[in-house]
Amino acid sequence: MKCVVGIDLGSTTTKAVLLDERGSVIGQGITNSRSNYAVASAVARDEALTAARFTMLQRAFEEEQRLGAVETQTLLERLSACFRLEVYLAQLEQLGHEMSRLLAGEQYGRHRAETDAPARDILAECVRDAHLFFVPGARRRSDFFRDLAGAAFMAGAERRAREGQVVFERIVALFDRAIFDVETWLMNVEFATLLSRALDRAMPEVVTDAGRGETRKDIKAIVDRVATIPIEESSYVGTGYGRQTLPFPKEAVRSEILCHGRGAHRVFSGTRSVLDIGGQDTKALQVDDSGMVTSFQMNDRCAAGCGRYLGYIADELNIGLHELGPLALQSTKVVKINSTCTVFAGAELRERLSLGQRREDILAALHRSIVTRAMSLVARSGGIRNEFTFTGGVCKNPMATKVLSELIAEHYGSDIVINAHPDSIYMGALGAALFALDDLEAGRARLLPA
Amino acid sequence: MTTTTTAAAATTDVSKDRSQARQKRMIADHFHKLEHAKETGKKVVYTFVPGNLTELIDALGMLPVLPEINALQSGMRKRSAEYIAEAEKAGHSEDVCTYVKCDIGMMKAGNIGPTGTRLPPPDLLLLSYTGCFTFMKWFELLKQEYNCPVVMLHVPYQADGVITNEMRQYIVDQLERVVIPAMENVAGKKLDMQELEKRLALSAKAEDDLVAVWESARHRPSPIDGYFGGVYYIGPIFSAFRGSEDAVHYYRELREEVTARMATGEGPVTPDGTTNEKFRIVVEGPPNWTHFYDFWRMFSREGATVVASTYTRVGGLYDLGFRHDSSKPLETLADYCLGCYTNMNLPSRIDLIERYIKSYDADGFLINSVKSCNSFSVGQLLVLRELEKRTGVPGGFVESDLVDPRYFGKANIDNRLQSYFQMLDAKKRKGAR
Repeated sequence: MKCVVGIDLGSTTTKAVLLDERGSVIGQGITNSRSNYAVASAVARDEALTAARFTMLQRAFEEEQRLGAVETQTLLERLSACFRLEVYLAQLEQLGHEMSRLLAGEQYGRHRAETDAPARDILAECVRDAHLFFVPGARRRSDFFRDLAGAAFMAGAERRAREGQVVFERIVALFDRAIFDVETWLMNVEFATLLSRALDRAMPEVVTDAGRGETRKDIKAIVDRVATIPIEESSYVGTGYGRQTLPFPKEAVRSEILCHGRGAHRVFSGTRSVLDIGGQDTKALQVDDSGMVTSFQMNDRCAAGCGRYLGYIADELNIGLHELGPLALQSTKVVKINSTCTVFAGAELRERLSLGQRREDILAALHRSIVTRAMSLVARSGGIRNEFTFTGGVCKNPMATKVLSELIAEHYGSDIVINAHPDSIYMGALGAALFALDDLEAGRARLLPA
Repeated sequence: MTTTTTAAAATTDVSKDRSQARQKRMIADHFHKLEHAKETGKKVVYTFVPGNLTELIDALGMLPVLPEINALQSGMRKRSAEYIAEAEKAGHSEDVCTYVKCDIGMMKAGNIGPTGTRLPPPDLLLLSYTGCFTFMKWFELLKQEYNCPVVMLHVPYQADGVITNEMRQYIVDQLERVVIPAMENVAGKKLDMQELEKRLALSAKAEDDLVAVWESARHRPSPIDGYFGGVYYIGPIFSAFRGSEDAVHYYRELREEVTARMATGEGPVTPDGTTNEKFRIVVEGPPNWTHFYDFWRMFSREGATVVASTYTRVGGLYDLGFRHDSSKPLETLADYCLGCYTNMNLPSRIDLIERYIKSYDADGFLINSVKSCNSFSVGQLLVLRELEKRTGVPGGFVESDLVDPRYFGKANIDNRLQSYFQMLDAKKRKGAR
């Protein structure tokens, strides 16, 4: 199967999107950028390839009609969850190897024995409970290995520290060092092998009736066949801040401004204005009826008011980034914060907390402060006409979206259509993939370096 | 055939060097004269580029020093950061124009000019363009330092977009009653009108050739870069040399070189050699001087040639028809002062850029908005929108500063420019389909 690849190397996360030759999205992947763009790019692309396999599986099941629609959906959902579980287990195993390697190092000396045994125990618990993250309806903070393993390992470490079995800082330091290596580890496990293991787990959950032996055999045949169909990546385009650091030829690099505009327009074709708030920049764009950017403005010299601002505030409050928006929505009182400087906003936050103001109200004010700043860029780029799309990591924040909608209604009228897609974080990579498809069609495709 | 081409190229190379070498000689010679001004008894006048009265200064046998040019040279020579720090240490705020701080810092550090020689203190501070409020404050500071006379020529703003007879007469009156007598007083001699007229006639000659150089950019490919290359071309005429035989020679040579490049179909010479013209751009706003070549490369690497720019017109809008006229010496000086680019109102500036975009057949226009200069930066976003509306040509916008390196975010500017050029490219491809 032929596909094209778009990779968006953002400052916080790296995203990959795969399109088939007709331009349909067949897979997307995301990972932490962690200032190693080469690895991040490979990991995101691997994830997208995995997702593409699942799309191919879905298409195969729909074509062959061996199962009903509902059953197909259930099977694919469970197969996907079990596949993730298999990947997670393989990563935990690697984490164990890394920990052992680190413990063998000289710096552990006399602490080796007292750290080794509890670390192994905690890891064993992580393996034992791994499936709980992937049972139907399970809530996960994110799908990043760091978040999953981190939560499980910390819980075990905290308990043992309370019981006086380990020195918490020591065992956490070991985890921190080991996980970094796992994150930059490119899994060398055959996709087909992992999928086959996943199927062994998922099959009995879905096809419960032991009398349907033939159906099980057919399902296995389809899965095995799709798992080994070669996927040929026939063109690619890279974008995002890390694009310069990868050995992409100049022709295969597009500005993220163009890519975000193109991606947003692809998903919402009526869009003429786009606001993207990413980790370190804010972009306001105008696009034409073909998704081509016709005008843009970006934050300059100062990245205040971008995603990192919210990340910093979340750290200050010791809560997760994804918790900020919902918390701010609970605000009942309007508080004003004018500072858009990240560092000063942190100081203002602490001061107001000490004055007894509510966390929710202060957070709401911080959200208003950054969105107001973004609105100035929107105005500078040419304002908003008929339909507007909000993209980038920050659009996942419900408070940011709420404040933005209010400000748009106030400044540009209440009849503006405002879009925010759940996958809006992929818009840059999607746009890049669309440019890769253009290149393929125009006979100037570039291939990803091996 | 091959031989002919090589020979032609070789000839152009040689002649290319000729004008550059001449300019270098002219500058070295001028700074040498300045260094020895006290021994030779030459009086020194500090003055600014917009509305400068070079012919008058020269006719009275005095030597001009242009502080903005020294500041930009310090920026290019990577000295501005330390000079600015010096001025800030002396109490100048971060918000003050960085040309001013760079100049004050250079003065504090011994007043060593761009050629490495010491600049003499001024005998007169001549402010012949008052549209920039900062200029007035700048000279107030220099007056405190040097305790020399200041002469101010009040230049009314072209609020209605025209120069009226009353405005012209107002300047002529000031020249006759205040400015020239004060200059004569410092020079220790009376102005010889014939000397002034002679210089004004030479100015007009050089101006004719400069206009031909600017207009060569209408050719495809343009043989010049009218912004990055252009700032070298304006060196002599906007500074100490207008009205001199040297300037006449320089512009004649330059015109010949450009004509030769046009004949062989060569593009402009950039830091990376000759480029293939892919985009034709009009630029509004001064360049950044601390990263001048980095900034230039961001254009040349993408095949973007600047075909016209407003910055290269700050010392005279000759391509709109103005020439120094020796038959009306004082009136012509008045028109020159009134006509400088930053003295035009916004509608006239928009009209001018529109004219450049259309007559030079530009693919895009770019605004470099500098933090230091209100005269330039005010209203630029309005200018951008209005021009897009009138021409349908996409505008780009970057922000930097004149000589404070802290305000040049290389990655950020590069990112914007790449995006901008890719946007133009996509527009071209779409147009071609």
